[in-house]
Amino acid sequence: MTESAAVEVRNASVALGGRPVLRGIDLTVAPGDFVALMGANGSGKSTLVRAMVGLRPVIGGEVRLFGTPLDEYDAWSRIGYVPQRATAGSGVPASVWEVVAAGRLTRRRLLRPLSRADRAAIEDALEVVGLVDRRRDAVTNLSGGQQQRVLIARALAGEPELFFLDEPTAGVDLPNQQVLADTLARLKERGATIVLVAHELGPLAPLVDRAVVLRDGRVAYDGSALQDHEVHQPWFAEPHTHHHHHERPPSVSAPVGRDDQLPGGRR
Amino acid sequence: MTPLELFGEQFMQRALIAALLTGLAAPAIGTFLVQRRLALMGDGIGHVAVTGVALGLATGASPLWTAVLVAALGAVLIEVIRERGQTNGDVALALLFYGGLAGGLFISGLAGQSAAALNRYLFGSLTTLSRSDIVVTTVLAVAVVGLCVGLAPQLFAVAQDQEFARVAGLRVRAYNLLVAVLAAVSVTVAMRTVGLLLVSALMVVPVATAQQLTRSFRTTIVAAMALGALASVGGLVTATFASYEVTVAPGPTIVLLALACYAVAWPIGIWSRHRARLREPFPSGQAAPQHGACDEHPHAHGPGCGHLAVPHDDHVDYVHDGHRHAVHGGHYDEH
Ligand SMILES: Nc1ncnc2c1ncn2[C@@H]1O[C@H](COP(=O)(O)OP(=O)(O)OP(=O)(O)O)[C@@H](O)[C@H]1O
Ligand SMILES: [Mg+2]
Repeated sequence: MTESAAVEVRNASVALGGRPVLRGIDLTVAPGDFVALMGANGSGKSTLVRAMVGLRPVIGGEVRLFGTPLDEYDAWSRIGYVPQRATAGSGVPASVWEVVAAGRLTRRRLLRPLSRADRAAIEDALEVVGLVDRRRDAVTNLSGGQQQRVLIARALAGEPELFFLDEPTAGVDLPNQQVLADTLARLKERGATIVLVAHELGPLAPLVDRAVVLRDGRVAYDGSALQDHEVHQPWFAEPHTHHHHHERPPSVSAPVGRDDQLPGGRR
Repeated sequence: MTPLELFGEQFMQRALIAALLTGLAAPAIGTFLVQRRLALMGDGIGHVAVTGVALGLATGASPLWTAVLVAALGAVLIEVIRERGQTNGDVALALLFYGGLAGGLFISGLAGQSAAALNRYLFGSLTTLSRSDIVVTTVLAVAVVGLCVGLAPQLFAVAQDQEFARVAGLRVRAYNLLVAVLAAVSVTVAMRTVGLLLVSALMVVPVATAQQLTRSFRTTIVAAMALGALASVGGLVTATFASYEVTVAPGPTIVLLALACYAVAWPIGIWSRHRARLREPFPSGQAAPQHGACDEHPHAHGPGCGHLAVPHDDHVDYVHDGHRHAVHGGHYDEH
C-alpha cells in the first residue's frame, strides 16, 4: 500500500475579496519532505499556506492532508501552524506559558486538567526557543523576535508531524535561527514534514530538500533547493520586464512558468 | 433598625447572595469580551435586553426569562454581524443597541406599564428580589462561572488567536456563540443588581483594574472575579449603611466602587510596570556590558540612597537617571 502524501493540493485557486490570489496551484508534499515556499511579497505564499490548513476556502480543485479531503479532516494534532504575524498580543495580558500551552489544545480533552505529558511538552517547547525564564512574562512585553519564538513554541508544544511555518524566522536573531534549524533538523530526522515560507533561509538552508517559488499566485518553479538570491532572478520575479534570453542557472531544473521565458515579454 | 437586624432580614440576605453571584459571573465572561476587544458588547446586550424585559412585563411572563431569551438572540445577532465582516459592523451594532432600548420603552408604553416597573430593571433593585428570583439567578450565575472557568483553555485560545484555534481543530464559531450567549445570560443575571444600563461596567471595570497589575490571563480572570465580588458586596453594604442618611441606590454605588478600585490600581500599575522595566535583567549571552567609568559623581550610592538597587551578577547596580551605576573601586562604572 502506498503512503498517502502529507499535503496534496490539486488545481487549487483562492480568491480574496473577489480577486484571484492563487490560480491553479498543484503541489504535493511527500511525508518527510522539507519544502521551502518562496517568492516575492504578495506572491501568495501565506495564502497558499492558509489554504493548506483550511483557513481559506479553495475554489475549484482540492486540498488533502494525509490523504483526507480538508472538509473531513480532523486529526489536527498532526498539524502545527506558525502564522506570519508581528505580535501575539490581545486585549488581556497573556503569559508566554499560556500562549505556548494553547498549542497543546489539539491533544487535550474538554474539561480535563493538563496531564504530565502536556506540561512536559510545553516545557520542552519553551526550552527549544530559549524562553524558559520568560515564561511568566506577558507576551506583549517581549520583543518582536521573541514573540515570534513564542509562536514557534506554540506549534512545537502540540508535537505535530506536519509543520506549516510562515516566515518563522522573520525578526529572529541568528543564534536563535540556528537553534530553530537544529530543532527542525531533529524533527526531520524523526520523519516530520515541513512546509516553510521564508525570504531568507539562513541557517535553515541545508535542511531544504525542495524549493517551490510562487509568482503572482502561480507556481513558477518547483524543484531542487535554490539559493536565496536565485529566487529573485528576473525570470521568477519580474516576468514582463526583461528583454533578453537568460542563461538559466544550473540548479533551476524545471521552471513551470511559460510566458516568462519569452524574450521581450508582453508589457 | 440596627445594621445587624437589617442583615438578618431575608430580603437583605437575598440581595447579598445576588450581589456576590453577579460580582463573580459578570467579570468572568467580561474577561473574554475584553480579550477580544469587545468591551462594549455587554452594553449592547444590555440595551437589547430592555426589549426582553418590556415584553415580559407586557405579557405577564417572567421578565427574567424573556430578557435571557431576547438578550441571547441579540447577542447571537451581534456575533453574526461581527463575523460577517468588519465593513459596517459597528454601525450595525449601534442600530441594534438603539433598536433594543427604543423597542423596550415603546412596548412598555403600549402595554401601559408604569415607568417604575421598567426602572427596576434599568437601574437595578437588589432589595426586591423574590425567592424564585434568587434560585434562577444562582443557577444561571453558576452556569456562567462554571463554563467560563471549565472551558477557559479553549475560550482563551479562540479569543487569543482565532486562526490558530481553527487549525488546532477547535470549533471557533461554536465557542464564539457560546461566549455571546454567556454574556447575554450574565447581563440578565446582573440586571437586578446594577441595572441594564450599568451592566457592562461590572463586566469590564474589574477586568481593566486587574489588568493593571497582572501579566497572565489566569491571574487576570481570577483577580477580576475577586474584584467584582468585592465591589458588588461592598457596594451593597455601603449603600445600605448610607441609606440611613439619604437614599442611595446599590447599583450606582457598586459601579462607583469598582471604578474607585480602578483609580487606585492605575497608578500602582504604572509604578510597578516602571519598576519591572528597571529590574529587567540584561539579556543573557550578550557581551559583557561596556566598562565605562562615569564622570564626576558627587553622590555615594548605597543601600537606601534613594536609587533603585538592581542585583547584577556579583554586584549591585544603582539605577540613576535611566542608566546603571556600579561601584568599582573609588568610582562608578556605567553598566
Ligand atoms: N484579506 C485579504 N483580502 C484581499 N486580498 C488579500 C488579503 N490578504 C492578502 N491579499 C492579497 O493576496 C496576495 C497574496 O498575499 P499573501 O499574504 O499570500 O502574500 P505573501 O506571498 O505571503 O507575501 P509576504 O512575503 O509579504 O508575506 C497579495 O497581493 C495581497 O494583496
Ligand atoms: Mg506572507
